Amino acid sequence: MNYSAMKICLTTASLFLASFLMASDSTKIAPPVILKLPAGFHANMMAENLGSARHLAITDNGIIYIKLNRAKGGKSILALKDTNGDGKIDDSSGFANYGGTGIALKNGYLYATSNTTIYRYKLDAKNEVINPAAPEIVVSGLIDRGQHNSKSIALDNDGNIYVNIGAYSNSCQLQDRTNGSLGMDPCPILDSAGGIWQFKAGKQNQTYGDGIRYATGLRNVVGLDWNTNTNSLFVMQHGRDQLNMFPQLFNDEQSANLPAEEMMEVKKGSNFGWPYCYYDPIKKKKMLSPEYGGDGQKEGRCTSFDQPVFGFPAHLAPNALLFYTGNQFPEKYRNGAFIAFHGSWNRAPLPQKGFFVAFIPFKNGKPSGDWEIFADNFAGTETISSTRQAMYRPCGLAQGPDGALYVTDDTKGAIWKISFSK
Amino acid sequence: MKSTLIFCALLASISLHAQTKKVVTHKKVAAKAPSPTGMVASIARGKAIYATSCLSCHQADGGGVPNLNPPLIQTKWVLGNKRELIQWVLKGSKGKVEIDGETFHNTMPPQAYLTDLQIADALTYIRNSFGNKASPVLSSEVKAARVK
Repeated sequence: MNYSAMKICLTTASLFLASFLMASDSTKIAPPVILKLPAGFHANMMAENLGSARHLAITDNGIIYIKLNRAKGGKSILALKDTNGDGKIDDSSGFANYGGTGIALKNGYLYATSNTTIYRYKLDAKNEVINPAAPEIVVSGLIDRGQHNSKSIALDNDGNIYVNIGAYSNSCQLQDRTNGSLGMDPCPILDSAGGIWQFKAGKQNQTYGDGIRYATGLRNVVGLDWNTNTNSLFVMQHGRDQLNMFPQLFNDEQSANLPAEEMMEVKKGSNFGWPYCYYDPIKKKKMLSPEYGGDGQKEGRCTSFDQPVFGFPAHLAPNALLFYTGNQFPEKYRNGAFIAFHGSWNRAPLPQKGFFVAFIPFKNGKPSGDWEIFADNFAGTETISSTRQAMYRPCGLAQGPDGALYVTDDTKGAIWKISFSK
Repeated sequence: MKSTLIFCALLASISLHAQTKKVVTHKKVAAKAPSPTGMVASIARGKAIYATSCLSCHQADGGGVPNLNPPLIQTKWVLGNKRELIQWVLKGSKGKVEIDGETFHNTMPPQAYLTDLQIADALTYIRNSFGNKASPVLSSEVKAARVK
């Protein structure tokens, strides 16, 4: 260690000692990250250090079920309560030892997923899980090849469950994520992944053959929700990475700003065009991917695929989608969509973006205005050059029985409750 | 304050580590190792290669991305057996990599198109950045690993 560095450290040490002596009578800890919200809204952190909290679901009597990506202390589904209503979790328990992302409530059952299987647990009259050790297996054997393996779920009102099966590839290249490697045509991944599959919510032990490929050409979906107004499924796609693997066609800046993170309304038989096409949010068109002969200008076969309902900025990683149906928030928010953007990693060398909850208003089942940042500063700092610098990363969204919005974070395992009062 | 203290502790341990390391490497590979200026030049060249071939996934600070791309900070893969490390670069990886209980799922494409010297420089940079301190990787070592 050289002398000047030693001097800095000694100075720092004495400053630390001084401040420690001055503050020794105080029990205060460093101020937590304060979320930035529109006027009238406030957020409070209900709990922290829960584990890798992915999606969550809240019962009508206020039990918060959270799915962890990795079991913590042998538990991967948490059941949390705020029994005295002070905004803090004061009763927590857990069960299940499989990591995963998806969790949902429907008709007296709690559904939860590993990266291959959908389970369900019967609930009693108080919405407690009756037999945590023996769930029913609804579907098993779903593809998990590492990349894009999380299984998110949503249920309709006609007895069906929808599950995302992400493509185990970036753009279906012969050599995944390799400079200049061309795309397989047709892309064989689409037979068993890269889409949404529909199964019966109440039937046990289903496999691929029992379900239908409800929609295809979706690279990877983590956030999805059943819209009860349109009676249809909406999903948020994680758009493809690394257009600059074709550096003669796309520079780093273009690669950072393309393609859009798309919101789609999914109908039976929809095909959104991955891996052949990507959505350019400036041109508002699907463009041919460079792996399939595209150059940033050609549309080619892409005019024949289904279009998104909205394009958000690139690479923000939408990990949750929620249509707001509560009465607590102002009228503007009713039936609109909240989206948890987990935050990017592949905008480098440009700064990373995202790490917020966005809102887009809806009217007559379609976006009726521009999107806006609703809850910001999860990262705790303005400029993020490396993803792990973000202190928190929003990952799950749920609406409570009181109309409050709940947000989970899978970095530190935090949960916030966002409420509105005049 | 806390981070400054950690930085200072780190600085102290790195310099101690560097001093002990110097003694060891001096005896062991004195004939083969590049001169101190050679190593500085290798690290400088490696930084540029890291920026174009590694940074987008492993990030500017070598921290990787949770669940996706492994970190390059103080891991056994980076600081351990050089032959294995070179193989990661030449062959890439598919599926799951586990480090300290964390799993990483993204595909790493093979980087065999880089020259022996480019791979040696990039790895020497990585092994001497982000808080890492380890012996350089030589282009002769990359060449030997390619043959294998």
